[in-house]
Amino acid sequence: MTFAISMNDALFTTAKVLFAVVGVGLNIAGFLGWVERKQSAVMQDRIGANRASIFGIKILGLFHPIADAIKMLTKEDFVPKGAHKTLHGLAPVLSLGCAMFCLAALPYGGVIQFAGRSWDLQPIALPMGVPFVLAALAFGVHGIVMAGYASGSNYGLLGALRGASQMIAYEVCLASSLAGLLFIYGTLDFSEAVRWQALHGVWGIVVQPLAFILFLTAGAAVTKRAPFDLPEGESEIVGYHVEYSGMKFGMFLMTDFFESIVICGVITALFLGGWTIPGLDLPSMGLLGGALMVASFIGKMMFLLFLLMQLRWTLPRFRFDQLLDLGWKNLLPLALLNFLATAWVVYLWR
Amino acid sequence: MMSDTSGRSQKTYMLNMGPAHPAMHGVVRLVLELQGEKIIDVDAEIGYLHRAFEKHAENETWNNVVPWTDRLNYVSPLINNVGYAMAVERLAGIEVPERGQYIRVIASEISRVTDHLTCVGASAMELGAFTVFLYMIKAREYLYQLVDNLTGARVTTSFTRVGGVKGDLPADFAEKFRAIAKEVRTAVAESGQLLTRNRIFMDRMEGTGILSSADAIAYGITGPFLRSTGVSYDVRRSHPYAVYGKLDFEIPVGSTGDNYDRYLCRMAEIEQSLRLVEQCLEQIPEGKHSLEPKEIKHAYEIQDAGKFGDTALLAKYAAKVDQTLEGMSKDDQPNTRVLDRTITLPSKESTYSNIEGLMNHFELVMWSWGVKIPPSQTYFAVEGGNGELGFHLVSDGGDGPYRVRCRPPCLFPMAALKKLLVGGQIADVIPTFGSVNMIAGELDR
Repeated sequence: MTFAISMNDALFTTAKVLFAVVGVGLNIAGFLGWVERKQSAVMQDRIGANRASIFGIKILGLFHPIADAIKMLTKEDFVPKGAHKTLHGLAPVLSLGCAMFCLAALPYGGVIQFAGRSWDLQPIALPMGVPFVLAALAFGVHGIVMAGYASGSNYGLLGALRGASQMIAYEVCLASSLAGLLFIYGTLDFSEAVRWQALHGVWGIVVQPLAFILFLTAGAAVTKRAPFDLPEGESEIVGYHVEYSGMKFGMFLMTDFFESIVICGVITALFLGGWTIPGLDLPSMGLLGGALMVASFIGKMMFLLFLLMQLRWTLPRFRFDQLLDLGWKNLLPLALLNFLATAWVVYLWR
Repeated sequence: MMSDTSGRSQKTYMLNMGPAHPAMHGVVRLVLELQGEKIIDVDAEIGYLHRAFEKHAENETWNNVVPWTDRLNYVSPLINNVGYAMAVERLAGIEVPERGQYIRVIASEISRVTDHLTCVGASAMELGAFTVFLYMIKAREYLYQLVDNLTGARVTTSFTRVGGVKGDLPADFAEKFRAIAKEVRTAVAESGQLLTRNRIFMDRMEGTGILSSADAIAYGITGPFLRSTGVSYDVRRSHPYAVYGKLDFEIPVGSTGDNYDRYLCRMAEIEQSLRLVEQCLEQIPEGKHSLEPKEIKHAYEIQDAGKFGDTALLAKYAAKVDQTLEGMSKDDQPNTRVLDRTITLPSKESTYSNIEGLMNHFELVMWSWGVKIPPSQTYFAVEGGNGELGFHLVSDGGDGPYRVRCRPPCLFPMAALKKLLVGGQIADVIPTFGSVNMIAGELDR
């Protein structure tokens, strides 16, 4: 009996992780490729990608991500002469893998009652979820450094160095801007944080508005997307992936999307009430509640992703020293002040 | 290897930027010596788009050089057309009818707007503001359609003829321009909102690529680049040509001579150019747009007519005296043909539809039959998109230039590139190089 249940649990966990990485990750990453094209097209008075078709069906160019995938998979995998072959191949895997890990730790839903037992909709419920995600994101920079170093190109190396120092600068802000909020929640577990927000009927963004802005900014920087796309900086140094082609390049591309999804997922969980919908008691609604939880979480996440895209197509790129100034001299002090102030308030409150 | 103040030696490394680099337009190469991200030394290598324009021109007749001028600054080809044609006209001592001059100014100013839109848009794109680029290119597209409407081509306009222009303004040109000017103003305003007070953009542009006015003058820099340093030199104002003397326009100048000032200068000049076209469309007189040939009749025809008492013909037509089977041989009237006849090509309609036009055309384009300009030389400059676009022409009395020398306005800021970039960062290459508005077509000729 025990065996059967644990078998069930194992299957369920596997299904959840698959859902998170394949269902959410790959699908949304592909979808984001389309969104990026279409949203930028709308912003720039263009039509956008609309040609890829399957048997004449085009549905607004939604097949373009598939066409992209086919293109990247069938392109020559070129490794330059001066490159370190093993590291060159390992780098994109490491980069994408780290971002993929994070997806499994996000709370897509809470615990629901169905078929006589309770089901936790979070793929992997970690008591240390928040630090795990931040650590895995930070570890992903190894892929970039490795790529730049292994390419044997000065451009790649410059991109890698930029990526490393940008990541260090903004990971610190990322973590310290969350400190105050986690202090209030009293937990490092995503699910607990969401439950706190559901219990108190207030979202993290209201509790810590400054932290939200700081985290969003630092998060955008960590995902290496414009205006923080300095490791790439396609018109300056072309980037750490300058010597990559085919699917290896595609994996770097997807890493950026994955990281965006992760950052937006973390923001959703910690600042936007996670899977909660105000006015509805989702955990008591059974299967429907579960579906609504996932829909709510992904909906909020998508909204944030749209917001990041909007930024990406509006703002020019920073210069490297300005980027580091912003991180170390502006965001970090603000984040620390925010944390200290929160600590005092919480101390006096009690 | 170089050493810093502490005496430690620090390694520098070389980065080869271009010609295959997104910001180098594929036609110029910068060899950077870097220390980290800091630029220690720059070596600009030009010449990737050398087409031997000047040498080529020596083998053409005066008029046939016009299409090659399209390829100089290919974002504002009409200014090149006008500049070259006016230089030849000065050499030949002829003046285009006023309507033709207005049309030339209209064409030049439209081209200046397309030039500035491209320059600002492309620089913004290279800084990561892709949306601005597309807004500006959309506005430029409308203007290109207008140019297409006027000249029959978008880029290879070849609009001017020595002695005039290809054709008159299309009937609905003024209305079309007003509609398009509105679109351009909207696009410029939208782009301005996205950039002008944008903190990131200002940080990237302000204080980078600074050049003092003394240095700018010493390097021979002209155009928006010079004006951004605070020197109010504009060929249109300092040496008015065509009808610029009659028009009201301002010359925007900067103060610090950095990239931001150059951006502001260009944005302000777009508005001034649109104003100039509007004024021209209001003021433009009716009449001929090009010099037209006196109709030439054979002397015996005039003589016959005189016998019948039609003496008016004597005043109306130039007499053509055939002394040899060759027609008007160059031995008889070697240096006077310019003054007697026009050097303007007949309109294509005339060339294709009647024998006189066809003959006139062939007489002008046939080797050693065309118009001959007395041996002399001249320098004539117009205000191009990048600055003073000059043509130094030498005639040896032949039917084509003996020597053409083009003064490409963007060569001079390229020479100053080292001064502009050294000490800055790699990222500064992008806005600074963008504001130089290097157009390889005119740079390398």
